[in-house]
Amino acid sequence: MSELASGSSVAQAPAAPTAVGSVGLNIGIFLVFVAITLFFVYRASRTNKTASDYYAAGRAFTGPQNGVAIAGDYLSAASFLGIAGAIALNGYDGFLYSIGFLVAWLVALLLVAELLRNTGKYTMGDVLAFRMRQRPVRAAAATSTLVVSFFYLLAQMAGAGGLIALLLQIPTTNQLGQGVVIAVVGILMIFYVLVGGMKGTTYVQIIKAVLLIVGAAVMTAWVLGMFGFNLSDLLGRAVENSPRGEAVLAPGLQYTNPVDFVSLGLALVLGTAGLPHILMRFYTVPTAKEARRSVVWAIWLIGLFYLFTLVLGYGAAALLPEGTITSTTQNNAAPLLAYYLGGEALLGIISAVAFATILAVVAGLTITASASFAHDVYANVIKHGQASPDAEVRVARTTAVVIGVVAIAGGIIANGQNIAFLVALAFAVAASANLPTILYSLFWKRFNTTGALFSIYGGLAICIVLIVFSPAVSGKPVNPATGRSASMIQGVDFHWFPLDNPGLVSIPASFLLGIIGTYVGRRRGAEDEARYAEMEVRSLTGAGAEKAIAH
Amino acid sequence: MSSTGERSTGTVYEEVQASPEFAQLRSRLRRFVFPMSAAFLAWYLLYVVLASYAPGFMAISVFGNINVGLLIGLLQFVSTFTITTVYVRFANKHIDPAAKELRERIEGAE
Repeated sequence: MSELASGSSVAQAPAAPTAVGSVGLNIGIFLVFVAITLFFVYRASRTNKTASDYYAAGRAFTGPQNGVAIAGDYLSAASFLGIAGAIALNGYDGFLYSIGFLVAWLVALLLVAELLRNTGKYTMGDVLAFRMRQRPVRAAAATSTLVVSFFYLLAQMAGAGGLIALLLQIPTTNQLGQGVVIAVVGILMIFYVLVGGMKGTTYVQIIKAVLLIVGAAVMTAWVLGMFGFNLSDLLGRAVENSPRGEAVLAPGLQYTNPVDFVSLGLALVLGTAGLPHILMRFYTVPTAKEARRSVVWAIWLIGLFYLFTLVLGYGAAALLPEGTITSTTQNNAAPLLAYYLGGEALLGIISAVAFATILAVVAGLTITASASFAHDVYANVIKHGQASPDAEVRVARTTAVVIGVVAIAGGIIANGQNIAFLVALAFAVAASANLPTILYSLFWKRFNTTGALFSIYGGLAICIVLIVFSPAVSGKPVNPATGRSASMIQGVDFHWFPLDNPGLVSIPASFLLGIIGTYVGRRRGAEDEARYAEMEVRSLTGAGAEKAIAH
Repeated sequence: MSSTGERSTGTVYEEVQASPEFAQLRSRLRRFVFPMSAAFLAWYLLYVVLASYAPGFMAISVFGNINVGLLIGLLQFVSTFTITTVYVRFANKHIDPAAKELRERIEGAE
């Protein structure tokens, strides 16, 4: 997409995003957010006693609370800054992304959330292990959880650089300064997770989601108000002001290969219900009905938010001076629009919220990955289910520190790298390695351990191999304007897979592997029948489901 | 399965699984969620394919600067919100009471 971008916006000096706003004010607003969240994290820590508290917040959140927290988890910096920026630069194609992200929630609502809540305890592995052989299935579930979380986490951290440049006016060329900021944010995140556990992390998500959605709503109303609440006039102004003219209203500017877009679309719509940090949120409510309410709240909030980003993206294209939004500054479209509308104060609020977004999403990913390692790998694979809950939580906390350190190191290395495709990849892995196994274990009686292992490891391996040999990693043509290729690795070309996103191949392959593995594996015995009966009845009725803890 | 909380012998679950009430609950849920999932996935994939292969169609103006693509895109939002609302009504009315009854029967037997 970047070759397209700079191809048509010739020789415009982009307004330097670092030149606007007040650093003091930005930091001040961010510190207020940190202070408020720390208060809630501290309060949460006082009731953080058992494993259920640490992993699942004692299952004591209400559906609406959890729904807001899900929105907080899901509306990452990529979806706020990324989508608004993509719409500002490429128009309609940015909107396509948000639709996939939203429709995906119907998979979670109709097929996954409630049944998962009724059958599991803390992790995705719990659901798979219910009627399969514990150790191999949990090891597989933990592997794919860690891979998805790692890709997702790295993509979040890589975006931090642009925000630091905007918020603190430390340019991306100052690698040391940026590294220090990333480290401070990472340490803060580790602190949240260790002290607050899932409850503290959930409060951080809730506060962040409210700020983000309210901030976006205010800006949306403001932009629409400037055009007399006439969307058509806003779009008309965006067309006049954009170097691409009419083309911003129709698809085709960002995604030039139609097969690639279909592949991405499939990964987006099927990935959400397989994202481990989203699945884990369903365990923080007391019942399946509350899990359903969570998803309903999340769908409304996320849907409204994406409608806001549509207005904000076209608003940035319409209002900011022509040439402000280029492929290098597109992620700053929303903050720059905030500055245009409300000056330093609004810029400070919006960039502090965007920064808080990275912090909150990374915290959610860290707690999920640490739970999966401690609960699936340590307690059940290594200790054969004999670990005490205290030891398990201790391992989870240690793992959280390790993951936090990896996130900081990865963030510093990945900072400024072209790894935006990692979010799409995380969705592709979630859709291929996780979703087929979850659906088969919930709905298909004959499904067995071999099927699960084929589907998880097969889906994972196919995804990773295809991405390594895709044009996202190597072999895209060098853009004459910048002298760089749009691929991650410069100067070599070892790609043979034609698509950026592997979903179109890996998702059907993984569904198929689940079926093949099931028929290769051993036939079902009487014990399997009994386990399937228990799982099916529990999943639909909620009998024997994990209860909430009252403090 | 030491890690998945209390776990009974399984007999009560097999008994419930074999009951007509449970079969009815399961088929009622599946008859709703499977066709609905197929429908929204087909509608979404139609949208993606149109956007990928028929950008000219999507660019046709309907009124002012609002074109077919924007309208279909916004309709995806409308259909998502509608399906959500319809499902919640369905589940509250047809799933929850039956699930509650069976749950109480199982928990009473334990």
